[in-house]
Amino acid sequence: MSWEVVIGLETHTQLSTRSKIFSGASTAFGAPPNTQASAVDIALPGVLPVLNRGAVERAIRFGLAVGGTINKRSVFARKNYFYPDLPKGYQISQYEIPVVQGGSITITTNGGVKTVRLTRAHLEEDAGKSLHEGLSQAASAMTGIDLNRAGTPLLEIVSEPDMRSAEEAIAYAKTLHTLVRWIGICDGNMQEGNFRCDANVSVRNAGDTKLGTRCEIKNVNSFRFLQHAIEFEVRRQIQLVEDGGTVEQETRLYDPDRDETRSMRTKEDAQDYRYFPDPDLPPLVIDEAWIERVKADLPELPVAMKARFEKEYLFFPEDATALTSTRATADYFQQTLAELAGIPNIPYLLQSPDVANAKSVANWVINELGAFLNNHQTDIENSPVSPAQLAQLIAHTGPFKGTISHKVAKDVLAAMWAGECGGDADAIIVARGLKQISDAGAIGKIVDDVIAANAPIVAEYKAGKEKAFNALVGKVMAATKGKANPSQVNAILRQKLSSS
Amino acid sequence: MFTAPIAELAPALASKRLSSVELTTALFDRIDALNPRLNAFLARDRKRALGAARAADARLAAGNASPLTGIPIAHKDVLMTAGWKTTCGSRMLENFVAPYSAFVVERLADAGMVLVGKTNMDEFAMGSSSETSYFGPVKNPWNVDYVPGGSSGGSSAVVAARLVPAATGTDTGGSIRQPAALSGVCGLKPTYGVCSRYGLIAFASSLDTPGPFAQTAEDCALLLNAMAGHDPRDSTSVDRPREDYARLLRAPGGAKPLAGVRIGLPKEYFGEGVDTDVAAAVDAALGEFRKLGATTVEVTLPNLDLSVPVYYVIASAEASSNLARFDGVRYGHRAAKYDDLTDMYKKTRAEGFGAEVKRRILIGTYVLSHGYYDAYYLKAQQVRRLIAEGFQHAYQQCDLILGPTAPTAAFKLGAKTSDPVQMYLNDIFTVAGNLTGAPAISIPCGFDRNGLPIGLQLQGNHFRESVILNAAHRYQQATDWQRREPADIALETAR
Repeated sequence: MSWEVVIGLETHTQLSTRSKIFSGASTAFGAPPNTQASAVDIALPGVLPVLNRGAVERAIRFGLAVGGTINKRSVFARKNYFYPDLPKGYQISQYEIPVVQGGSITITTNGGVKTVRLTRAHLEEDAGKSLHEGLSQAASAMTGIDLNRAGTPLLEIVSEPDMRSAEEAIAYAKTLHTLVRWIGICDGNMQEGNFRCDANVSVRNAGDTKLGTRCEIKNVNSFRFLQHAIEFEVRRQIQLVEDGGTVEQETRLYDPDRDETRSMRTKEDAQDYRYFPDPDLPPLVIDEAWIERVKADLPELPVAMKARFEKEYLFFPEDATALTSTRATADYFQQTLAELAGIPNIPYLLQSPDVANAKSVANWVINELGAFLNNHQTDIENSPVSPAQLAQLIAHTGPFKGTISHKVAKDVLAAMWAGECGGDADAIIVARGLKQISDAGAIGKIVDDVIAANAPIVAEYKAGKEKAFNALVGKVMAATKGKANPSQVNAILRQKLSSS
Repeated sequence: MFTAPIAELAPALASKRLSSVELTTALFDRIDALNPRLNAFLARDRKRALGAARAADARLAAGNASPLTGIPIAHKDVLMTAGWKTTCGSRMLENFVAPYSAFVVERLADAGMVLVGKTNMDEFAMGSSSETSYFGPVKNPWNVDYVPGGSSGGSSAVVAARLVPAATGTDTGGSIRQPAALSGVCGLKPTYGVCSRYGLIAFASSLDTPGPFAQTAEDCALLLNAMAGHDPRDSTSVDRPREDYARLLRAPGGAKPLAGVRIGLPKEYFGEGVDTDVAAAVDAALGEFRKLGATTVEVTLPNLDLSVPVYYVIASAEASSNLARFDGVRYGHRAAKYDDLTDMYKKTRAEGFGAEVKRRILIGTYVLSHGYYDAYYLKAQQVRRLIAEGFQHAYQQCDLILGPTAPTAAFKLGAKTSDPVQMYLNDIFTVAGNLTGAPAISIPCGFDRNGLPIGLQLQGNHFRESVILNAAHRYQQATDWQRREPADIALETAR
């Protein structure tokens, strides 16, 4: 019997507003406990929520980016339950009418391209945190409450159960993660809990149209854990059913240390949240003009940009994907490209300057700069080499001025990364005397010297050993400390050998 | 002199015939003498009040005073008052000192009013008799065997006993108007949203409305001028141009000052269940309004009989959620001993809340529960809309709706505490005003066979406070019910 896996994801994205969704307190991460909790956040008697329009604007931006419907009128409700990190005894969340309905996310996996439909995206407030560790000795048996996070705006993005494997679920989560950062609504820092996924997982016989009973895996905050959690859960459910059991609807927690999911609460323990419209907040009304303003502000989206790169610059899909993996990478690439095009008097070796420039820049950004970023565990937005500086360097390389060889250029990049000469490629080349020797007379003289000093190798070459030629090229390059133009060296050497 | 209304005290203060310090001192002497028998104040602070009085006198001397500068006031203990214990009449907040002030508290302080203390009330404003307070019941100054009404019974009592010329209250189902009626003073419930709810400890958020108590409608207008205004901290606060609520009162009246005013008489307000003395007093008042030039028209308010059940569903639903924050975690009462988190919640709330509050939380939790929501909460909201439509229809035919504020005058302490439904029916004429959000005033219009005051309610459409206040003021110019004072001797007898 073959099994089909069905997965839907609910993702809590913390919106990148500076203040909270219903109060003026800061949302910055990492402050000492309870220093960013206002009277509203700690739910003093008599305080009232006031909606942060920045959070709404981010929700609109998301809705537009996924092609969803922005509801002109949506309602905030109260979700009632008791917990120490929930100061009001209820969470304000959109329930019956969310701000965004529908929309979709396109994912790419080894299986190809697929569209995952979205059910909805709604605004709500985050809860505080219960601290069980790091308390003083005297308080070691107690639970600490930190309300700094309480009231941080969340957009909960709910997908349809459209994914059929852990791979698709991860692709969805990663695409969504890229998108929310791309459109600037979420910082996406998963360690800080900016982006948290709940996965609804069920299995059924292939061909069944009815969904199996699902389990919800709560609050997984890394892609790797999400993958492991889903894979474990799929194995568990299949095993259970094959052994004659049935899956119970329940909420499960993933334990990364033991790589397993564990039951947290069953359907019987499910709470009645007694949702009702929050009388403190009038319905959220969004007019067409607001939507239009947000639309005008929306950047080119990654899917569109990737397609454009493939079409305009003839990129392979892998390169286009790499360059659109984050907005910062795309911005860096495009800025470097613009800078390069602005450098005067560059000779082009290829027919289309756009394609030539783009190909070079893509190579330098993805491979060469990418290696440094990788080695230093840093993001492109923190690169010590600016797009203008990188363009300056690229202009010296083979396809363009040809002032330095590719190998030397990589050394120059290392110097730029280290801040040598203020990261100025021109200055480094001059200071280090790296300028390529392209003077035919000068190269010819060195070639003559090399031929004269290496008679046995020359003899080997003349006897038909092609390898001997490379050895002679190496001798010339060594004599010039790598500065000679390699193609010139090749041509002059051949010519002199044939005539000698 | 010290027991005069604001409109008489203010000119005396302005002309330096009287200082705020003198006035405050005299009233504190009265408070010290009479409050032990009324239990109307939960907190009072002579020293702090005299400090405020001195500041007010300085402001009066400097010539930058408002019409309320130097006038003593008391706040219902449901309003957050910075540096003052704010208990809501509950053990839950017995030792809670407010770290900030409610919007209306701030506004009245900015106007230069002298805060003398906080008034007793039904616990969390749930009640119609001021008997559910953890700190003991408030007594009616006209006869201390009787209740003063509620939930703002402390505020109505201190104005009735002439301990202060003004007090604040909050009205969720009649909690300003009903105690005003039973205590023989004026109480105004403004339009929902005119006075910010910021700092009002929420009972039922869609109904809670702060408003003033005073001896006269004119004083209520002066107080409302200071209390009203847009507040960005309350999303339900209305943003309207500033209005002088006393402007119509200053217009020359003539013999028929209410000519052109159409008074609607809903037959629902004059039927069974209204005490005969109350009915007679309201009839007599109606005669006065006709003499003042008003015309009358019969109107109907369909579904009005449903307003009490609708109110108790909606108010309790909101209360069950609003009171969830009193969980013993961050402030307020926490049980001394408990086994675990759930036990801490249970014991804290079992000890901290009184019986009436628990009853409402249970009702509210029930009507919001899965499977009951549609039948109770949703249905109640639908009927609420129908009731509001009924009023809108009536206001096409009239400017004001007149009737009794409550079906009877004050009842004896303990008379209704064992029968919550009888207690709830006290609100029959007042709750609709909260369901619709429209303004209303209660003013004294006579006494019953026991010598207890009777209240007349004037309701108007949204934002028609000035019309209501003007009609009440013209009536008070023609009559003198508002000048009657409970004899201190009555209080003396009960000692």
